[in-house]
Amino acid sequence: MAIADATPLRPRTSTLRQLARSSSVVIGGLLVAAMVAVAALAPWLGTRNPGEVNPSVRNKLPGFEATIRDDDGNKVPVSYRFGTDSLGRDIYSRVLYGARVSLIVGLTVSVISLAVGLLIGLIAGYVRWLDGIIMRFMDGLMAIPAILLAIGVVSIFRAGLFAVIVAIVVPEVPRVVRLVRSIVLSIREEPYVESAITVGTPTPLLIVRHVLPNTIAPLIVQGTFICAAAILIEAILSFLGIGIPPEIPTWGNIMAEGRTLFRVFPHNILYPGIFLAITVLGVNMLGDGLRDVLDPKMERRG
Amino acid sequence: MVGYILRRLLSAVPVMMIVAVLVFLMLRLTPADPAAIIAGDFANDQQIAEIRNRLGLDKPIIQQFAIWIGNMALGDFGESFFYKKQVAALIMERLEPTLSLSLLSIFLTVAIAVPLGTLAAYKQGSWVDRVVMGFSVIGFSVPVFVLGYILIYVLAVRLDWFPVQGYRYIRDGVGGWLLHLILPALTLSIVFVALIARMTRTSVLEVLHEDYIRTARAKGQSELKVLVRHALANAAVPILTVIGITFATLIGGVVVTESVYTLPGLGLLTVDAVLARDYPTIQAVILLFSLAYVLVNLAVDLAYTLFDPRIRY
Repeated sequence: MAIADATPLRPRTSTLRQLARSSSVVIGGLLVAAMVAVAALAPWLGTRNPGEVNPSVRNKLPGFEATIRDDDGNKVPVSYRFGTDSLGRDIYSRVLYGARVSLIVGLTVSVISLAVGLLIGLIAGYVRWLDGIIMRFMDGLMAIPAILLAIGVVSIFRAGLFAVIVAIVVPEVPRVVRLVRSIVLSIREEPYVESAITVGTPTPLLIVRHVLPNTIAPLIVQGTFICAAAILIEAILSFLGIGIPPEIPTWGNIMAEGRTLFRVFPHNILYPGIFLAITVLGVNMLGDGLRDVLDPKMERRG
Repeated sequence: MVGYILRRLLSAVPVMMIVAVLVFLMLRLTPADPAAIIAGDFANDQQIAEIRNRLGLDKPIIQQFAIWIGNMALGDFGESFFYKKQVAALIMERLEPTLSLSLLSIFLTVAIAVPLGTLAAYKQGSWVDRVVMGFSVIGFSVPVFVLGYILIYVLAVRLDWFPVQGYRYIRDGVGGWLLHLILPALTLSIVFVALIARMTRTSVLEVLHEDYIRTARAKGQSELKVLVRHALANAAVPILTVIGITFATLIGGVVVTESVYTLPGLGLLTVDAVLARDYPTIQAVILLFSLAYVLVNLAVDLAYTLFDPRIRY
């Protein structure tokens, strides 16, 4: 028992150590962790209700201080760290709450894309007569530029979080399918899998025992890149006004709102923009580092 | 060679057919009735039925698809629900800003990224290399629209070097056209400069240690000639491949950049079409951009022979 426990532990420790030594993993991980903390702790970081409209403090520059009446009629001093928008909403609170939407979209999209892509990829790799049909279909999906495909999907549904998630998942799935299928096809050639087939291991068991463990590392890496792409595409769709409804504070929505008065009040666009850039940078760096350690053979996709 | 080109062109047909099926199904999946959209809010059932009949929406779906794809092949993309005119004409009107922006961006990207990447490889490990590599990580992560607004704010609003937004048609003077395009094209190129400089660096690094580079130096050729004629020419194939793959990202970037700089191109048309639920226009634009993407990658494949005579078809 002790030996069985100790053997798989050794490579694992060395992988962890390798990850800790990689500067991309550490810096990227810290940036992502900071953003997760901001999103989770948003209510306790001195924020106000991000949807609260206050006509008396419209279009104020960052650092503006005002005394306003709260719900009980008491006068309270308020500092608008990042300024306010044209409806008098606090940009600081909106940006912090916006982190929640971005991270939820990034995480949900990568989990769904990986799950769906894994399933279809396994089918393509195992059900030979379906392989051709599935892969031609995926080629077709991949021939449509991702943002346009997302825009097309969004136009089918009513605008909302669900529509945006589906719209970003659809262009990402074919890439996961390709990856999983190629892993399945190469694993089947491995001597230990061939011998497992020879001794009559049933296919489901074969998949669970031999194929799935080999997909974990590449899928984690791919999932990180999908997460970065999803955060970016969500912001783009919302910014274009065809993503998440404008009343929900997201970075894209804050920026879309700030477009008209951008020349005079650039903070509406710059603050959410900086948060968005830092998040995408963090996730991308994490992905780069994870790939170098876990999956050195994989090429970064464009 | 001609045979190969024909084979490759034919191989693009099934992919485009699948794209067409997907785009066609998109319209069928919408909960909205196209006939009702066209008829407007005050139409009665009979008017809607007439429109449905005129558009052939009452025919079986396979027949509808056949008619639709036949019309597409003839360049008839149908009538826009919103603008009430032929989508083909609408696209022709909007083509110039989009083509200008894309071509200038590709030109800027290659003009900046290839020398930068080559220099980084040549001076591997130096501060030049580190600056280029650092820039390539950051450039890849800063979203196009954030970058666009930063550039507008600094270069147009503060320094007043460029116009803030808008577009001038080329027929109204090349100077104004270029002046209005530089900032959008620069915005769009930076992401690709990051990607392609990185690829160029890797690709040049690989060939710099080859024997023929040493031979070229040994026979006394200048360093510049060694880099351009011997290193870069041999490193061109992977660089070209990346340019082909990133073309899809470029198209996405065009949509966003046009929106930031209010350039009246196909990207802005697409966004307006989604807001207006103008499905024929959305379908046509998606088909057209996908076709462009497929064709560009085809052209990239064919261009390999120019740079690497060992590749024969």
